[in-house]
Amino acid sequence: MTAEVRVTDRAEPQAGARPATAAITTTGLTKRFPGGQVAVDAVDLDVPRGSVYGFLGPNGSGKTTTIRMLLGLVGATAGTHELLGVQMPRGGLDVLPRVGALVEGPAFHPYLGGRDNLLRLDSGDRTAPGRESRQRVDLALERVGLSAAARKRYRKYSLGMRQRLGLAAALLRPRDLLVLDEPTNGLDPQGTREVRNLLREASTEGATVFVSSHLLSEIEQVCTHVGVMSHGRLVFQGSLPELRAAAGLRVRIETTRPEAASEVLRRLGTGKPELRPNGVVAELGTVPSDQVTAELVAHGVDVRQLVVERPDLEELFVGLTGEGFDVDE
Amino acid sequence: MSTSDALIGGRSAGPDAPAVRRHGLDLRLFRSELRLVLRRRRNLALIAVLCCFPVLIGVAVRASAPANGDGPPFLSQVTSNGLFLVFTALTVLLPFFLPLAVSVASGEAVAGEANIGTLRSLLVVPVSRTRLLGVKYAGSVVFSFVCAASVAVVGLVVGLLLFPHGDVTLLSGTTISYADALWRALLVLGYVTAMLAGLCAIGLFVSTLTEVPIGAMAATAVLAIVSEIADSIPQINAVHPYLFSHPWMSFGELLRSPIGWHGLQTGLLTQLVYVAIFLPAAWARLQSKDITS
Ligand SMILES: Nc1ncnc2c1ncn2[C@@H]1O[C@H](COP(=O)(O)OP(=O)(O)O)[C@@H](O)[C@H]1O
Ligand SMILES: [Mg+2]
Repeated sequence: MTAEVRVTDRAEPQAGARPATAAITTTGLTKRFPGGQVAVDAVDLDVPRGSVYGFLGPNGSGKTTTIRMLLGLVGATAGTHELLGVQMPRGGLDVLPRVGALVEGPAFHPYLGGRDNLLRLDSGDRTAPGRESRQRVDLALERVGLSAAARKRYRKYSLGMRQRLGLAAALLRPRDLLVLDEPTNGLDPQGTREVRNLLREASTEGATVFVSSHLLSEIEQVCTHVGVMSHGRLVFQGSLPELRAAAGLRVRIETTRPEAASEVLRRLGTGKPELRPNGVVAELGTVPSDQVTAELVAHGVDVRQLVVERPDLEELFVGLTGEGFDVDE
Repeated sequence: MSTSDALIGGRSAGPDAPAVRRHGLDLRLFRSELRLVLRRRRNLALIAVLCCFPVLIGVAVRASAPANGDGPPFLSQVTSNGLFLVFTALTVLLPFFLPLAVSVASGEAVAGEANIGTLRSLLVVPVSRTRLLGVKYAGSVVFSFVCAASVAVVGLVVGLLLFPHGDVTLLSGTTISYADALWRALLVLGYVTAMLAGLCAIGLFVSTLTEVPIGAMAATAVLAIVSEIADSIPQINAVHPYLFSHPWMSFGELLRSPIGWHGLQTGLLTQLVYVAIFLPAAWARLQSKDITS
């Protein structure tokens, strides 16, 4: 592997400098399952080195399938992708030792203990010296706080312990890239926080972290970049500030006459006004806020309060992917 | 969680530091596979059940000696030399219980890992699919050997305890020393393992077709039984030489003087052909398989 400088060919204007090489790039990555279902539809990922990239989307939006393709578990129907500048799946044996992965939750032999399970995985790594395998495994167990349960059978692990063992497997070696599929799934708030700390730590040590979740709130605090999946398509990709900027300003008016206020807004050409219990909310678009105030007063709408605000990320996420509950199919 | 160790989890030696891959024999993963197969309780239980047979046969023969020609081959020789208990037990187990145990291990091989999801973990380590298949096949063959060897050892010990153990009269009437006969027993063990190696390849192939290990085990066992039933239907004796179970019982050739090498060679060749068909088939299947479990 050469330390080539690779400039990604997609010319999206990016705020601020970013590393010249990407940890993950995909072009037109597509997966159509034998049943005919398109699970991933022409996805162009661009994960900068050193970033903590949140890969978001509701259940069934294609996150796991994308990750399986990235790691070479599932063949792509169309498109190409690279990990750490290495063409996949051809270069898998060369690059995967530098990639720690957790795919679709933890999976281990139920009748083996945590340590034996990790030793089993470690024994498959031809790039790691066999002499130090116990050391590696014990360090990884310690790192995720499982040293005390190292001998306990995996079958008897709680969901949280299983998730941690999965992370320990990803952290068996020093990695340049971590690909983690919903590592916080099923964890309590305390466990979620611990996972976030691990991600932060790995990132501080220089690893690029690619982490998926169906809950923005769980990883928002650690992410520098996000990609949002919906129905197999990547509907947004950029840095966190860019995501915030993508959320336009909106105006929230508290009034006793919401219908009248929304009529005024409609005529001004704002986004579609939404009625709230004691007022109305609308995307401002290009309409200046003082014009809104003036028009409302001119039409005799009493304005108890008028606030111009940015929607929070969760709302934006829902806006991009549709309301929750109904699974993407 | 500890934050004390910056040694792991972070970045490796340097950016784009090439990972140096070792080549050649892969003993670490193979040892791990052996531990997995040979420590698994279900597999140990299977071996234990197999080992009951030489004990049962030995005790039964001791209690009432069979008349010459009664019962399975070698049975009537047991009373004159305990070593024949080894061959009797193998003869009794080879048609059904040994193939069953082998079907369980080889059917489990890939499907079992797919079923619990550890297949994806191994592949992203990364373990190449070719290497995985090689290790799984070797593991199944070793398990077959361990099954047959356990039966042989138990048969040997029970034979020593319950029956005379002097010079051994072979099927051809020649008499050889007990030590020489032990060498023959070892050859019998090797031949029986080789006979099961064909079934291992078939089981491994079936195992790549499904994520339900019990299905793969059952299908493999059924194939073995179908082959044996077909082998017992005289109307289709033209196909008999091509059935993988056909030469299983030829190990008796090793108990003649001179040894009937021709029959043994045919048996080994048959298994070789089955391995040469089903291993590449398993490889092709696994290579192109989407790992979605
Ligand atoms: N093996 C498969 N065969 C057919 N369809 C599948 C398979 N795996 C996943 N899918 C479908 O692909 C879509 C994306 O699934 P997935 O990648 O698991 O989403 P996510 O991880 O975002 O929840 C879903 O509609 C799912 O039903
Ligand atoms: Mg998923």
